[in-house]
Amino acid sequence: MTLECDALAYGYSRYTIGSGVSLAVAPGEVVCLLGPNGGGKTTLFKTLLGLLPAQGGSIRLGNDNLTDLSRAEVARRVAYVPQAVGGYFPFSVREVVLMGRAAHLGAFAGPTLRDRQHAENAMARVCIAHLAQAEFTRISGGERQLVLLARALAQAAPIIVLDEPSANLDFGNQVRVLAEIRRLAAEGVGILWATHAPDHALACADRVALVARGGVKNYGATAEVVDADALSDLYGVAVEIHTLAGGDRRVCMAG
Amino acid sequence: MRALTWGAAVISLLALIALAFSIGSFTVAPTEVLAILWSTLTGGAHSAPPNAEAVVLSIRGPRIAAALLIGAALAGAGSAYQSVFRNPLVSPDILGVSTGAALGALAGIWFSLDPWSVQLLAFCGGLTAVALVYALAAAYRQHDPLLLLVLAGVVLGSLFAALIALIKVLADPFNQLPGMTYWLLGSLAAVTAQESLAILPAIGGGLGVLWLLRWRINVLSMGDDEARSLGIDTRRVRLAAIVAATLATAAAVSISGVIGWVGLVVPHLARMITGPDNSRLLPAACLLGAAFMLAVDTLARGWGQIELPLGVLTALIGTPLFLWLLATSKRGWQ
Repeated sequence: MTLECDALAYGYSRYTIGSGVSLAVAPGEVVCLLGPNGGGKTTLFKTLLGLLPAQGGSIRLGNDNLTDLSRAEVARRVAYVPQAVGGYFPFSVREVVLMGRAAHLGAFAGPTLRDRQHAENAMARVCIAHLAQAEFTRISGGERQLVLLARALAQAAPIIVLDEPSANLDFGNQVRVLAEIRRLAAEGVGILWATHAPDHALACADRVALVARGGVKNYGATAEVVDADALSDLYGVAVEIHTLAGGDRRVCMAG
Repeated sequence: MRALTWGAAVISLLALIALAFSIGSFTVAPTEVLAILWSTLTGGAHSAPPNAEAVVLSIRGPRIAAALLIGAALAGAGSAYQSVFRNPLVSPDILGVSTGAALGALAGIWFSLDPWSVQLLAFCGGLTAVALVYALAAAYRQHDPLLLLVLAGVVLGSLFAALIALIKVLADPFNQLPGMTYWLLGSLAAVTAQESLAILPAIGGGLGVLWLLRWRINVLSMGDDEARSLGIDTRRVRLAAIVAATLATAAAVSISGVIGWVGLVVPHLARMITGPDNSRLLPAACLLGAAFMLAVDTLARGWGQIELPLGVLTALIGTPLFLWLLATSKRGWQ
């Protein structure tokens, strides 16, 4: 299953934020979006997921146009990890993760034992099994992001779109999420991922898109797209990229 | 443990029903109530006096059934509405079902129609009001659909309120106005067995659909974008939930008149006990709503020489209850 868009224009109602965007996420690939705040990454994601209507161009999911698919069909192909919000009702973490199974259930059905097993496995994978009984509205922002990641895993879709999944995470959990993303890619899941940390892109992205107002500035293999000049230009601050001694691993720091 | 709690709740409700049968200006001993009900069910004989049988079967029976049905309908619809709208201040009348029903009923009284037609007009008025609000909100596609629904409900509600005031001004102050006031304050004093039976399908159907949708409504309450990305057709589920809740509420209001507060306060109470999961919340709200309505109605008729209007009593009880919930409730909302 490949998620791809061609000459996509996106924005809110009559206001266009970006246009001419062409991207593709194939099975097992990690594509990373880098860009400044307010650059339109979330709007682009919502358009790719069909939550906002595209203002131009096309989006394809496998062999189908996105607009031809029902919400449930889209959800069985793409899972979404939004930026963590509080939620309105104090559902338990287990109940929230279980909601990832919605697309696999009939119109009037509730989750079965098998769905519950999916949810338990997903929680175990991101190490939040101990939170299962906790109220989703009361846990920390970082824990909430792990819950939303577990919910996306429970959704069992071949493509996962993550909107800054590591923004509120402590260092240990950031490392764990990166490892989980690598594991998912190794299992053949296509990953589209927005992050504020260029290091994360350098560490595990196959391709990178630099996103700012107006659309995608540059898109290609990580090694070609991510360099000091491009990042300085993107964020408006001096950036240096160094290669660690004794390896080919590159890291990014303020210049 | 959970089964035990449900069992205790049902037994308390049954005890309350038995109490409601015996309390009133004509007291019937609880044992006589049981004997009469048992013999009616089994077709056997009983030793209670015939006037006690008339009071239990023809007067209090229909009224108790109506109170239970209406309380369950208002509280069940209210809990579904609060989940769907993600708003703790929402009650079943937020989209104008009560004001629409009131307008229909008052128009019927004004045209001097028979009671059945007045009730039918009230039912249709409630459904029409919500349909208008929904159509109005759907006409503006660009904006947040929830906000639009609430705003359209408020705007049309105040228009209906103005029309209601106009009808009251134009009405005959001696023959029509008392009936209108009575209807606007809510009462079960004149309820018949046929009326209780007539609203049963709409209330049972409405609550039944909400029960079938219970898990989807849970997902819907996480927010539109999240629910859609999880595979829920939010527009369709929300429409189905609104239609079901409106049907139940309109049926209830059409025979009782406007009764506020039940659909607002009882779901909060229920949520404090069960948490937000609709598969527990919905039945709990229905049970609690039925018990609350029956208790209030029994209080209304057992209070003294005159019957207090139900709408007045629910407001007198509901306001302090809601303020107390506001001050103490940590569970139920974030």
